[in-house]
Amino acid sequence: MTAFKKSFNIKKRDFVRAGEASIKIQNILKLLNMDQKLIRRIAICGYEGEMNVVMHGGDGILTVEIDIEKIMLDIEDNGVGIEDIELAMQKGYSTATEEHREMGFGAGMGLPNMKANSDDFKIESEKGKGTHVHMEFIVSAD
Amino acid sequence: MTLFELKDILEASILVGNEQLNREFDKCEASDLMSDILAGLSEGSVLLTGLTTVQVVRTAVVAGVGAIVFVRDKTPPQAVIDLARTEGVPLLTTPFSMFVSCGRLHAHGITGLNEMKQLLISARPVTN
Repeated sequence: MTAFKKSFNIKKRDFVRAGEASIKIQNILKLLNMDQKLIRRIAICGYEGEMNVVMHGGDGILTVEIDIEKIMLDIEDNGVGIEDIELAMQKGYSTATEEHREMGFGAGMGLPNMKANSDDFKIESEKGKGTHVHMEFIVSAD
Repeated sequence: MTLFELKDILEASILVGNEQLNREFDKCEASDLMSDILAGLSEGSVLLTGLTTVQVVRTAVVAGVGAIVFVRDKTPPQAVIDLARTEGVPLLTTPFSMFVSCGRLHAHGITGLNEMKQLLISARPVTN
């Protein structure tokens, strides 16, 4: 049973609001007195995911599920999809436009950084249909 | 060093964060690439950047960056200032370039994020 679950809509090309959901999630986790390093990892993964959706994904949904032992983030979108996931996971590989780069994104670090900051990372994608990234973060008992 | 000292060294103006002038900083990063900030050990650091979008502030909040300095006298749009105020992230603007700002801070003992690690790597004996 999930203790807490909340979903946030992410709008295509909404560069102004991108990241708001991750900051809200960060604030929820702070209120729950979660470990600061864990919160940072989750916020970074959510934010990178939001930027991916805004840049490439079409519209999407970011869902956070908070459980006693783990926290899960799911980012689903109905965008262009990824043809070669292995290639997309390589550091530095990017299909970003000049506009994305001018905003400081699109350096090809998003997906690898999400993988590095999560305890479990799964990505499914179909070209033309969309992408689903699932990440899990273990809440260590102390 | 405190935010107040940092402001002096960079001859900077404070746009947001007058109440945080006593806050201490010892490391700095300089980048226009938000991806690099998110991938690095940026927690509690000062970020020097030439970018003035709302995403700079959001990146700082998410990554735990302690203060943002805009180089070359850049002043961000009001929306950016408002967001920084809401989130409690100090914003400064300096007339110096990125390079000169880095040099000034480094000369005053501010280090990079990975500096100790890099020094150890460069001190390693070369083997062939």
